[in-house]
Amino acid sequence: MADTVHAVEVHHTPAGFLRRYVFSMDHKVIGIQYLITAMVMALVGGLLAMLMRLQLAFPHETWPLLGKIFPVGMEGGVMKPEFYLSLLTMHGTLMVFFVVSMALLSGFGNFVIPLQIGARDMAFPFLNMLSYWVMVPACLVMLASFFVEGGAAASGWTAYPPLSAVKEAVPGSQMGQTLWIVGMALFIASFTMGGLNYVTTILNLRTKGMSLLRMPVTVWSLFAASLLGLLAFPPLTAAAVMLLLDRHAGTSFFLPSGLYFGNQLLENSGGTPLLWQHLFWFLGHPEVYVLILPALGITLEMMPVFTRKPLFGFRMTLYCLGAITFLSLIVWGHHMYVSGMSPYAGEFFAIGTLVITLPSAVIGMNMLASLYGGALRLKTPMLFAIAAVVFFGTGGFGGLFLGNPTSDIQLHDTYFVVGHFHLMIGGVTLMATFAGCYYWFPKMFGRMMSERLGKLHFWLTFPCFYGIFVAMHYNGLQGQPRRYFNFERYEFLAGVREPQFWITVAAFLLFIAQVAFLWNFFYSAWRGAPADANPWQASTLEWTTTSPAPHGNWAGEIPEVHRWAYDYSVPGQAEDCTPQNRPQSVAPVTY
Amino acid sequence: MLLALLIWVFTVVIVWMFAGDYWTFPEAINEHGRQYDQHFATTLYITGAIFFVSQIALGWTIFKYRDNGGRATYSHGNNKLEVLWTSAAAVLFIGAVLLSTRIWAGVHLTPPQGEVVEIEAVAKQFLFNFRYAGADGKFGKLDIKQINDAAGNPFGIDEKDPAGKDDVVNSNIRVPKGKPVRLILRSRDVIHNFFVRELRVKQDMVPGMVIPLHFQADKVGKYDVACSELCGLGHHQMRAELEVMEPADFEKWLQEEDAKLKAQ
Repeated sequence: MADTVHAVEVHHTPAGFLRRYVFSMDHKVIGIQYLITAMVMALVGGLLAMLMRLQLAFPHETWPLLGKIFPVGMEGGVMKPEFYLSLLTMHGTLMVFFVVSMALLSGFGNFVIPLQIGARDMAFPFLNMLSYWVMVPACLVMLASFFVEGGAAASGWTAYPPLSAVKEAVPGSQMGQTLWIVGMALFIASFTMGGLNYVTTILNLRTKGMSLLRMPVTVWSLFAASLLGLLAFPPLTAAAVMLLLDRHAGTSFFLPSGLYFGNQLLENSGGTPLLWQHLFWFLGHPEVYVLILPALGITLEMMPVFTRKPLFGFRMTLYCLGAITFLSLIVWGHHMYVSGMSPYAGEFFAIGTLVITLPSAVIGMNMLASLYGGALRLKTPMLFAIAAVVFFGTGGFGGLFLGNPTSDIQLHDTYFVVGHFHLMIGGVTLMATFAGCYYWFPKMFGRMMSERLGKLHFWLTFPCFYGIFVAMHYNGLQGQPRRYFNFERYEFLAGVREPQFWITVAAFLLFIAQVAFLWNFFYSAWRGAPADANPWQASTLEWTTTSPAPHGNWAGEIPEVHRWAYDYSVPGQAEDCTPQNRPQSVAPVTY
Repeated sequence: MLLALLIWVFTVVIVWMFAGDYWTFPEAINEHGRQYDQHFATTLYITGAIFFVSQIALGWTIFKYRDNGGRATYSHGNNKLEVLWTSAAAVLFIGAVLLSTRIWAGVHLTPPQGEVVEIEAVAKQFLFNFRYAGADGKFGKLDIKQINDAAGNPFGIDEKDPAGKDDVVNSNIRVPKGKPVRLILRSRDVIHNFFVRELRVKQDMVPGMVIPLHFQADKVGKYDVACSELCGLGHHQMRAELEVMEPADFEKWLQEEDAKLKAQ
């Protein structure tokens, strides 16, 4: 292991601009490329959400300006239902895969892993570059789908056939759905290259002394998430190919006989729509853990640094990460309680789901206990980490209602679900992403982000986000179904119309608040206050090199590790932080 | 400080809203619905209590342990505590599921008892249709090739089958009060869903599958049936009406419909 590390030291900083910043093989540059790409996609995904909120709050309003920007979907300034369906489909797809997965796994995964385990770069730098340059066309194909005949895919991010398989079912199922499948295939290819790289790097390129149990929790969470992604994505790839064949080659994997569209009987026979649901959720559920595990890892990473106290129950947390990784592969059916799946299977998935709440609850308790007795420094990264803890708690309790098939019956496909998953895989993950951005920014650019703007960003983001999605839980209790273009045909939905306005106001405020973040990010990269090597007085390895870290990560020898990652406030030590590379002779190893 | 306050405010508001009358379910109109509500309330008490305590504790910790120059406590954790809260959560969470299996089984596994009213439902973009067996008590055979919406035959009832002559087809569903109803769900094109929130019943209607659903409503009135699975452009307008009638009125209505069919 150590030999490999030294062998890479001959790396030189590439000379040309293109090789250095565009087609770079440096994991740090690739990580930043991914982060910025994710920001662009988040902006698009956010705009789509704003258009949806506009429609839900003002269902009959005319928006002439928007009519000019979207001449087809909003002809004359009035939104069409098919456009709304494309919006919600693409919002979900972009946010889940192209924003959260990309920022957490591809962005931080790339940037943080080699720095924290003491490696010069990823195990396969060329594969790493390739993965980014496959991701770019994936993004472009997804975005391009808005401009084809019929508009972007409109069958939801879950793409249930027959809606997604039959062209006559909905306009978005013409060219848009095909592009969606192609975009997803490219995404999965890129993501697989990334995952292979992370797993190999973590297993093979750790510096001397960095045993598995001494790895920081962020690396552990990324390791678990990458493994999970590698295991769960292939079935979706297979399903996507089958869907493509159903659409274009006349097969019937997901299409039964007797389908009747526009007075015409289709010739398909023998397939079942439930097969897609099983294959999709076999990825789909692990995918939410792919998103949430690194988010929890980053949140946990902030705790010791900003409480100056060791992480509470570190090993227990690792066991829980492992348990979640395994269990998340056998709970996919809880998305299908009302799908027509066997009720006995429902019971099985219910038990699995409730068992997976246990390690999640334990991690939550460990977070809380990590704060207890600390000396909290409420810097911006910590504020966002606490927000992630809050959302993890609130969202988690909503999950107890949805994981149970009995209580799920009424709540399934309502806004209760929308509120729930936005708090979890939207809220926890975004808060952790922000925390990570503020935290590792000095290591990326050698400058600090502005605390003042960061606080402004936090104080607008946290309450708006919380308010919006808690309100959606309540609307869900009224029975408000999701994916509705408006709520006018139903008497029973009279009560949910009025809150739409306030949710929309909060949503716009939330969106605008992100300007503070973007400005802070790009302006600080250029003009921020210079950062020293270890601005947060943290113990992990990335803070032992200069800010920004040079090509090859350490100018000289890679530091050797002598202790676990979170030795803070050790009794008998003058400083309240003992870096991982401090030798035993200077500070005794306690854990 | 401010953060702790904000977390508390959110916690109290959430608990207050869930506990208050503002956001509870509309009244259930069947026994299953009432059991469902009871179980929901149980889950709510359990999670609500833990939610309240944990969030308040979080706020308090942030407030109490903010950095004031002191040194943090040194601790790696506490195994006893970990075991304690893991088992407490296990008992409560898994208990909540086990408690409710009876309700789940009641909907899905126990067949309805007594004199059952059988109704067929078929969904298409973006309409429900319901079929009653008519005077002979027998459904006519179906032949998908004979589907003809314009001629009022969305099911494709076989012209040649005499049992189908008196089948009543309606785009709204009417059921007698106090009698078990067995509803056979089908779909013709994409996946739809049959959702009546007063019944606490929701079931996908999947093309290629025949899914039975049963309920017994005991309160006369009209209720919305909403499609709850994305089915295309008109998803938000796919509505039917469920009317629960006095059994005598229900019989009378069926006879009237029968008479209309004979007159044709």
